[in-house]
Amino acid sequence: MNQPNSQPTSDLMLRETASQTAGPYVHIGLALASAGNPVRDEEIWNEMVKPDAEGEHIELVGTVIDGNGDLVRDAFIEAWQADANGTYQADYDLSKPFNSFGRTATTFDHGSEWSLTTIKPGAVKHPNGQWMAPHINLTIFARGVNVHLQTRLYFEDETEANNKCPVLSRIESPVRRQTLIAKHEEVDGKVRYRLDICLQGKGETVFFDF
Amino acid sequence: MTHDNNKRFVARDRSWHPPAYAPGYKTSVARSPQQALVSMQQPTASELTGPDFSHLRMGPHDNDLLLNFRQDASLGGLPQGERVMMFGRVVDQFGKPVPHTLVEMWQANAGGRYRHKNDKYLAPLDPNFGGVGRCLTDDKGFYRFRTVKPGPYPWPNDMNSWRPAHIHVSVTGPSISTRLITQMYFEGDPLIPFCPIVHTLKDPLAVETMIGRLDMAHSKPMDFLAYRFDVVVRGELQTFFENQ
Repeated sequence: MNQPNSQPTSDLMLRETASQTAGPYVHIGLALASAGNPVRDEEIWNEMVKPDAEGEHIELVGTVIDGNGDLVRDAFIEAWQADANGTYQADYDLSKPFNSFGRTATTFDHGSEWSLTTIKPGAVKHPNGQWMAPHINLTIFARGVNVHLQTRLYFEDETEANNKCPVLSRIESPVRRQTLIAKHEEVDGKVRYRLDICLQGKGETVFFDF
Repeated sequence: MTHDNNKRFVARDRSWHPPAYAPGYKTSVARSPQQALVSMQQPTASELTGPDFSHLRMGPHDNDLLLNFRQDASLGGLPQGERVMMFGRVVDQFGKPVPHTLVEMWQANAGGRYRHKNDKYLAPLDPNFGGVGRCLTDDKGFYRFRTVKPGPYPWPNDMNSWRPAHIHVSVTGPSISTRLITQMYFEGDPLIPFCPIVHTLKDPLAVETMIGRLDMAHSKPMDFLAYRFDVVVRGELQTFFENQ
C-alpha cells in the first residue's frame, strides 16, 4: 500500500536502496568464523572487550526463535552499546580495550546460541533530558527477514532505571516490555545475561522503528 | 561517523521496502513479527550514532575476490567464470557522498554454489574462490570489487525456483539508523521477474534500485566487464538544512 505522504517531497531526493534478506549464507560474508571459513587479519566479531577495559565485564547470550517456537540457526546479530560511562565509542579499533560495536551469529553449534563478551553499559541521556536505563541495541538479520529487525536488550537487575526509562515506557504493554529484559545468570563466577529473541507469535520481542 | 547526537535521518519509508510478511517468500511466513513496530518517535544517541571503521585494517586483497582466496599463487590458479568489476558510490538521499564507510559483499561462485557447509547444490566449489569481499568507500563515496559473476541457482521455495545472479551487499553508513543489507542483481537477467525474493518488493521502481548496470566505459578490454551499483542510504536531515 502506498502512503501518499511517504513520498519524497522533493524531486531532488533519492529513494533509499531497497532492503533484501541477508539470506541463509550471511555467515560467509559477515560472520566468517561461524561459517567455518578462514578469517582475515582483522574481523569484526563478538569480543567487544579486552581484560583491561573499564567496567563490569559480562557475557550476553541468547537464542533466536521463529513463530513455530523453533530455533533459528542462521541468524546474524549486530550490537551497538555505550561504554561503562555511557559514551558511544564510535571509532572501531581492535587495538582499543573496548569497542561499542560487535557481531555474533547463531548456528547449529553451541546450542544454536549467539554470544557477545562486553561490559555493562552506562546510562545514556534521552534528548528529553531523562536517563535511559542501560541498554544495548541489537539488529537482527536472517533468511526470511526482509528488513533487519531492531531491538534493545535491558538488564533484569536494573529495575529502578528500567521503570524510569523513557524508551521502555513507550511500549504500552508491560507484558511486552519484559521481552527486552535480559535475565541475570552466573556461570563459573562470571556474570551472564540471557535474552532469547522471538521473531513472531507468543512472547514476540518488541522491535523498534527509528 | 560523528559524535553528534542531534542529527536526524529521513524516516525509512516502509511501504517502499519489502513487508516482513511476504508469503510468496515462504521463509518469511514464520519469521515475520505480527505486532506493529514500536516507533521510537524521538531517536536517541543510541540510534543516531554508529561505528566508524576507518581504523579497521583491510588486507591487500580484501576487495579482490579474484585473488583473496587463491590457493597457491605460484600455480597461477584463478577463479572460474566471467570476470567483472563491481563498483559504485554510496550516497545519502540528498546525493551527498558517504565517505570511508564499510561496504561488504558475499556471493556464490560462477556455478551458483556458496562456500558454506549447508550449500549442497550440485555445482562444484571453486578451489580459488571464497566469495567474500569488503572495502571502505573513498573520500568521494566510491567503492569497487573485482570478482566473477555469480551463477544463478535453484532453491527450495516453489517447485522450480531459481535465484537470479546476485551479490549480497551490506553497507553501514553514518549511523546504525542507516544500516542496510540488499542484493545487487544484474541488468537484463531474465530470472529477475521470476524471483520470489525480488517479488517481496511491491514497487517496480524499488526493484530498479537493486539492479547493477552494465558499464562498458569502465570495463577493461580483454579483462573484465564493469557493473555499476550505487547504494542510497537514509539522508541526514541536518545536512539538508545546512544547504538552505
